[in-house]
Order: sequence, then C-alpha cells, then structure tokens
Amino acid sequence: MSMENTLLAPVLAAPRRRGVWQVRIAVAIVALLALFIVAAPFIAPHDPDLVDLAAKLQGPSAAHWLGTDHLGRDMLTRLIYATRISLGSVAIILLLVLALGIIVGGASGFIGGRFDRIVMRFCDVFLTFPTFVLAMFMIGVLGIGMVNVIAAVVLSHWAWYARIVRGLVLSMRERDYIAAAEIAGAGRVRIFTEHIMPGVLAQLLVLATLDIGHMMMHVAGLSFLGLGVAAPTPEWGVMINDARQFVWTQPLLVLWPGMMILISVMAFNRLGDALRDRLDPAFRIEHC
Amino acid sequence: MLRFIAGRLALIPLMLLGVSAVVFAMLRLGRGDPALDYLRLSQIPPTDAAIAKARVLLGLDRPLVEQYLTWLWDAVRLDFGVSYATRRPVLDEFLYYLPATLQLAAVALVVTLAVSLPLGIWAARHPDKLPDQIVRGIAFIGVSMPNFWLGFLLVMVFSVWLGLLPPLGKGGVEHMLMPVLAVSLMSLSINARMLRTSMLEAGGQRHVLYARLRGLSDGNVTRHHILRNALLPIVTATGMHIGELIGGTLVVENIFGWPGLGRYAVSAIYNRDFPVLQCFVLLMTLIFVLCNLVIDILYAWLDPRIRMFAERSR
Repeated sequence: MSMENTLLAPVLAAPRRRGVWQVRIAVAIVALLALFIVAAPFIAPHDPDLVDLAAKLQGPSAAHWLGTDHLGRDMLTRLIYATRISLGSVAIILLLVLALGIIVGGASGFIGGRFDRIVMRFCDVFLTFPTFVLAMFMIGVLGIGMVNVIAAVVLSHWAWYARIVRGLVLSMRERDYIAAAEIAGAGRVRIFTEHIMPGVLAQLLVLATLDIGHMMMHVAGLSFLGLGVAAPTPEWGVMINDARQFVWTQPLLVLWPGMMILISVMAFNRLGDALRDRLDPAFRIEHC
Repeated sequence: MLRFIAGRLALIPLMLLGVSAVVFAMLRLGRGDPALDYLRLSQIPPTDAAIAKARVLLGLDRPLVEQYLTWLWDAVRLDFGVSYATRRPVLDEFLYYLPATLQLAAVALVVTLAVSLPLGIWAARHPDKLPDQIVRGIAFIGVSMPNFWLGFLLVMVFSVWLGLLPPLGKGGVEHMLMPVLAVSLMSLSINARMLRTSMLEAGGQRHVLYARLRGLSDGNVTRHHILRNALLPIVTATGMHIGELIGGTLVVENIFGWPGLGRYAVSAIYNRDFPVLQCFVLLMTLIFVLCNLVIDILYAWLDPRIRMFAERSR
C-alpha cells in the first residue's frame, strides 16, 4: 500500500452511497412481498389447499408456473400465501420485541439508579441463554404452534432490544439539547417522549430492519423443524420440510421456498444497510 | 489477569442461578399441572383423590420457594430424572447425544475463523478492488442464506448431482463437509465483513500512519499495528457466533441425519418430555456460558485496557 493510500484510508473507510439500483430492487421486492400479504387471494392463480393427486409432483408448466407439490397443489399459489405467515409472524415478533424493548429499556435508562440495575440484571439472565435453545425450550413448554413460535422468539430476543434501547437512551441523555430542554423547564415525561425517543426510534428502525432477516431465519428454522404451523397452512420453512423427501426426484420443490426466504432476507438486509448509511453513518452495531 | 479470571468465575454461579429461576418459572407457568402429567404417564385416572395424592407425592403442596430449592438441588447434582418417553435417565441420554453436536459445532467454529479471517484481511488490503467485491458478495449472500436450505442445496449438488459426498450419517471427513459448511456460512460471512470494516478503520489511525512513516513493511504494519486492534471486535462477535452455531447445528443435524441433540430435542418437544427439555436448556446454557468465559478471558488477554479497567473498578 502506497503513501497516498495510507492518507486516504479514513476516506475509504467512510461509508459511501453505492449501489443505488440495489436499494431500488430491494424496495421493489419488499413492496411485492407486502402486496402478497395484503392481496394473496387476488394474485394467486389457484386455491392454495386444492389437492389434485392426478397432477402431483409436476414440473413447471403453463397451468402451474412453478409446478405442483406432492399433493398436486400449485407451488406458486402456496408460495404467495405463505408470505402471510412467514413474514406476518416476523412483523408481529418485531412489533412486540420493539414494544418490550422500548418500554423496559427506555424506563430503565431514563429512570436509572437502582431500578436500572435491577432491570439490567434481569435482562442479563435472558441474555445468558443461547437464543435458539431458549426458543426451543419455550416451544417445548408451551406446545407446538405458530403463536407459540412467536412467543418463544419474542421472549428469547426482547432482552437484546431492551439493552440496546437503554444504551441509546443513556447516550441521548448526555446530549446538550436535553440539558437545554431541562433548563427551559420541560417535564421529565416531555423530555423523554419529545426529545429522547425520536433519536432512539430512528436508530432502532435501522437496527430492526437489519434484524428482520435474522428473525425470518429463526422462524423459518423453527417451523422447518415442524414446531410452527399445522399441516395444510403454507409457510416457507414447512414447505421445505414437506419437500425434503423429494430432494432426489423433484428438487425444485425445495428450491422455490428457500429462494423466497433468501430473496426476502437479502432485500431487508440491503434496505437496512442503506438506511444505516443514510441515517447515521457512525452508527454500527453488528449483533446476532 | 488471575484476578480478572477469578472475578469472571465468581459471576457464573449467579448467572446460572438466574437462568435456573427463569427455567423453573417457565416450567411452572407454561406446562399446567405437573400432577396431571404424572397421572397421565402413570396411566392413573385423574380423580380428585388421585390428583391430591400425586400433589403430595411430587411435593406440589409445599411452598413455591421450597419446591424451587428442591428442584435446584436436583439440577445442581445433575439429577434430571427419567425421560417420560423412554423411561431412561435423562442425563445418560443427553450425554450420549451431546458429543456429536459439540463436534459439529466446534468444527464449524474452527472453519468460521479459519476461512473468515483470511477473507476479511484479503478484502481489507484491497478496498473496493476485485477481492473486496468478491468477499462482500459472498458475505452478502452468506448472511441471507437459511442454513437448513443451504444444507439441501449442498445435498442436491454434491450428493444427487455429482454423487461425491454421502447425504446422511456420521463417519469420516466426507460426512462432515456439508453439515459444517451449512452451519458455518452465516457466521463466516458476518465475521469476514466485520474484520474488513474494522481493519479499514484501524488502518486509518495515526499510529498506523506513524508505523508506515517509520518505513515498516506493509505486511509488518498489517500484522502488528492493524490486525491486533481489528481482531478485538471479532473476538467479541465469536461469543455471539457460538450461540448461533449451536442453534444452527441443532437445525442442520436434522437434514444430514447427524446423531446429535437436534433430533433428540425436537422429539422431546413433540412428546412434551419436560425432564429432557429442562436438562437440554440448562446444560446447553452452561456450555454456552463456559464458552463465553473463555472468550472473555481471551479478550482481556488480547486487550490490556479491558484487564486494567476491570481491576481498577474493583
């Protein structure tokens, strides 16, 4: 590396706006997935649960663009309907995790003192578990089902968010404009909701977008193990599990649902990266 | 250093105490009445008299704190009772399946580090050139790839299509290649990307510029002045990756017929086999905590600032 490069290194390390077209594609994919969730019955060409054993395990054709599964159900239709469960569950999980994180972490960081210490010790206990093991244990205790998968993922992840929100609140409290608001006579509640939370929420949004992919894979992994939705309901992870016995004869059946997961996760990750670069270049948390 | 290690060791019983309280609370809140479970499995009709008798037998009439302490004492002695499904001691079964899982996760961890470090360094030494773009591309796909699906893709390519690797079972190296790759690709990608970023960051610091001005060779600067700082975030991240690798192993085992805890735990969930579940969660957490202890010590060893801060704040 030459001298010029050395001097330029900090400039090179700074995030640059690259790949605008990638972000556009990512936005388009997310919009398409949202459309699938809202309008699945209008877009999907067939009935997702219509069993037609005469047409089972077909390859792609004009009638069935992506072929049919082992019960002759249309793959494309099931993939579209599956978006509802696979992504909808993640949306619910994120909302709950964010709500818990903001309430617990926000209160902990803002009130401080002994309350803060006790709450953080409580979070530490949850952070001690390996998340996937904790989620499996909770499903074991609660029973199999998508609602319990959601509960398990929320309970195994909320403490991460509480910790992060607390950290963000603490760093916001040190800012000069908070002191200015205090001097101006703003009340504690007002300072919290109007001066601290907007900054915290912006950074949380970035983090949550980057985490959608991670959550999706958690949910898909659990439902791949058969711990999520029951038989006829389409869901990407379950569809991969259903198709596994046909890996040798009709590998496309495994390929499609995984492709849906891969593409959605890539879109959300790219979007999260772009949001992060845009909102706060200095903010970087790699977290699992 | 010894004081640092002692401080960390002293924390572990406290953490485990908290963990056990959470597990106990969930078992009590989530599972319903243990007396009913007991009667169902003993095939005794759940009459009121039988339930009352079972409650006394199981100690459920005692105060909750006393129940917790009894349960905790059993857990500390690693006495988790017998499995509902197989009627064999849970600990024996757990220890029978554990080595395969640990083996897979450990090899995946080694592969993660062995592959991600060269990739990250390679990318950081040629920022925005071809190597960087290749590594970023791999990492971008790698972090978005579901591990179980990757497992099937590998089976399709290397077993079905090329016929090179066995799709199932445990044996030699050829049995390990696909499961290990499926488990480690995500952590590997995150690590490579992180190392690239932190090396570029460390490379912009003034002591690196000074080292260059002194005329030290490029390799020398990278090794001694950039990498040493840039590796610290990787050490922290490895602690988190271990959790992910354990989770990934539990899922991927199901694809490759790997005889580990993955399938054992899933069947315990199906059977609502509570003794197995509590043994599983407690001992896996213990292993995870011990791994993180090693990571913490490694971190303090690599970064004198942490060590000194921990000792001064005492």
